[in-house]
Amino acid sequence: MSERTLYDKVWDRHKVTELPTGQDQLFVGLHLIHEVTSPQAFGMLRERDLEVAYPERTHATVDHIVPTEDRDRPYEGAAEEMMAELEENVRDAGIDFSSPDTGNQGIVHVIGPEQGLTQPGMTVVCGDSHTSTHGAFGALAFGIGTSQIRDVLATGTVAMEKKDVRQIRVTGDLGDCVEAKDVILQIIRKLGTDGGVGYVYEYAGDAIEDLDVEGRMSICNMSIEGGARAGYVNPDETTYEWLEDTDAFRDDPDKFEELKPYWESIRSDPDADYDDEVVIDGDDLEPMVTWGTTPGQGVGVTEPIPDPTDLPEDKRDTARRAQDHMGVEPGETMEGYPIDVAFLGSCTNARLPDLRRAARLVAGREVHDDVRAMVVPGSQRVKAAAEEEGLDEVFEEAGFDWRGAGCSMCLGMNPDQLEGDEACASSSNRNFVGRQGSKDGKTVLMNPRMVAAAAIEGEVTDARQLPETEVADSEVEA
Amino acid sequence: MTDETEEIETVEHVSGTGIPVRGNDIDTDQIIPARFMKVVTFDGLGQFAFHDQRFTEDDEPKDHPFNEEQFRDASVLVVNANFGCGSSREHAPQALKRWGIDAVVGESFAEIFAGNCLALGIPTVTADPEQIETLQRYVEENPDAEISVDVEEETVTYGAPDDETTEIDATVDDAQRKALVEGVWDTTALLKSNAETVAETARSLPYVETGSAETGTAETETGEEAE
Ligand code: SF4
Repeated sequence: MSERTLYDKVWDRHKVTELPTGQDQLFVGLHLIHEVTSPQAFGMLRERDLEVAYPERTHATVDHIVPTEDRDRPYEGAAEEMMAELEENVRDAGIDFSSPDTGNQGIVHVIGPEQGLTQPGMTVVCGDSHTSTHGAFGALAFGIGTSQIRDVLATGTVAMEKKDVRQIRVTGDLGDCVEAKDVILQIIRKLGTDGGVGYVYEYAGDAIEDLDVEGRMSICNMSIEGGARAGYVNPDETTYEWLEDTDAFRDDPDKFEELKPYWESIRSDPDADYDDEVVIDGDDLEPMVTWGTTPGQGVGVTEPIPDPTDLPEDKRDTARRAQDHMGVEPGETMEGYPIDVAFLGSCTNARLPDLRRAARLVAGREVHDDVRAMVVPGSQRVKAAAEEEGLDEVFEEAGFDWRGAGCSMCLGMNPDQLEGDEACASSSNRNFVGRQGSKDGKTVLMNPRMVAAAAIEGEVTDARQLPETEVADSEVEA
Repeated sequence: MTDETEEIETVEHVSGTGIPVRGNDIDTDQIIPARFMKVVTFDGLGQFAFHDQRFTEDDEPKDHPFNEEQFRDASVLVVNANFGCGSSREHAPQALKRWGIDAVVGESFAEIFAGNCLALGIPTVTADPEQIETLQRYVEENPDAEISVDVEEETVTYGAPDDETTEIDATVDDAQRKALVEGVWDTTALLKSNAETVAETARSLPYVETGSAETGTAETETGEEAE
């Protein structure tokens, strides 16, 4: 069993008691809710005549179903019903709601951090598997199911079993156009989509420490794609700098100073014990692309797609089916794979630095004639900040659609969907069959700059081959 | 969920006929495609279980065990590795449950999925790949045969009554077994009974500001800004 890791320390601080099931009851520091997974939980509460125990530790937003183009109410069909239900639930319970008309709405895993709701040493839960994102701040953050949402609403706590801790150290420096997204795709490829089951991942090492907070979020975000329910990075100066400038502390520097010793205290000790340790060489990485239908089916952009017979036996079948679905051949690279749609968005990669990097590549170029390309900022605030820098113009001039904030084409729950067998270069986190709204649709996961390159060339392209234009220097700030 | 009461059942064993769904890494998007989640209750989700595997674009049925009449009354689902991976949607086990599934036996399960199943009282039982393979073949050949899942003893038994029965040495996660067998899988009541200790834990945390958090009572004031 691990000892003296951040996971152990935060767990202990939040443990209420051990339950008869052998699980621990944990206090929940922040409960984020959205419109898809919470209505049933509120319904269960009403059936039992229970109230929300800690409304002040709960925060809501709407992301999955909101249209990103025409945002006038009422929304179409069931989306309106879900939105209305959420509005009623948060009003009745007195829960803060970052609704679209506050200017604070966005994907739940973007707005929590940007408002400073997510803090180091907190337990954060949400009925959404990508809650692992919040681990980037040294929080213990995990996705929960609807019955657990009911538990958290009713009691402010959740029943959980303690996991093992695997430290993943990413060494070295990331090369040109290699981003956090590539690191996590490599980790999942190495350890498997179920390699993290039973584990919490601690990401460490120079390459992780060198990342900005947004990059750390991209990595923690996809922990769940590797089977780990939570992933985290120990908080450090980079984390604190971000926090200092959020709503939570901007006007309250005293509170910041007061909490900092706690944040420092929950960092993993230098001599902490881990249940497992893995080292990934960051120097070696190149931009990654997926060739299949799980996030574990990735390769470097210049690397050949594997032959299923070379894979471990239990992976062969899935690989064959995936290659069939995607229409790719082993031995070839993904470079040149034709793309119909480019989607720059999602809670993995729709924050300001993601948009900036992509914009620098896009500036002075044009989206390929056969591609429909869209940028969907992760939140209304990201959108506003990007517009302040003129990124919207860079994208629009190149032929990208510039949309309102939401989950958009990450999943087929709103009007943004793939049609027929369209292939999509996507900065999101899941390439499952049917994920983007069409069951014959094909998703190729990659980092935001690679999405931009694919949009311009109309095919999967090594972004390193597209140097920034002179326009980029003048138009887009670094 | 309308007939839910505070009385929690125990789930010691589940038996019924089986249904095999083959393949590793079957994710929750396959179990219930996202477009069917635009609902505010879980009622009626059963008909959409595995929808896109079962029907073509034009709603023509495809080859899938969930379409086969012989499996229509099955309650024990037999699957392979990493079943239920991907999205945390509880809609997935809800859809299976509403279709008629009471237990899932497989090589391995994604954690959130298993947790969501537990919350509905559905055991997720694991066994070796070879044993699963044999069981899947058996179920295909004997759709009417009873499969019996003993949660407490961690066994899966099958075989026609007069024939020799086969018993698989299966595994049920410790916490899950306890919860099902002792009837504490509905955690809300359990957690609620510790409200005072919860408030104490909250007070001990540096980031929790004292105030209503101490009492743990709900504020029902309407937040104007929540509009
Ligand atoms: S952006 Fe995608 S992965 Fe993230 S919360 Fe929305 S639907 Fe889920």
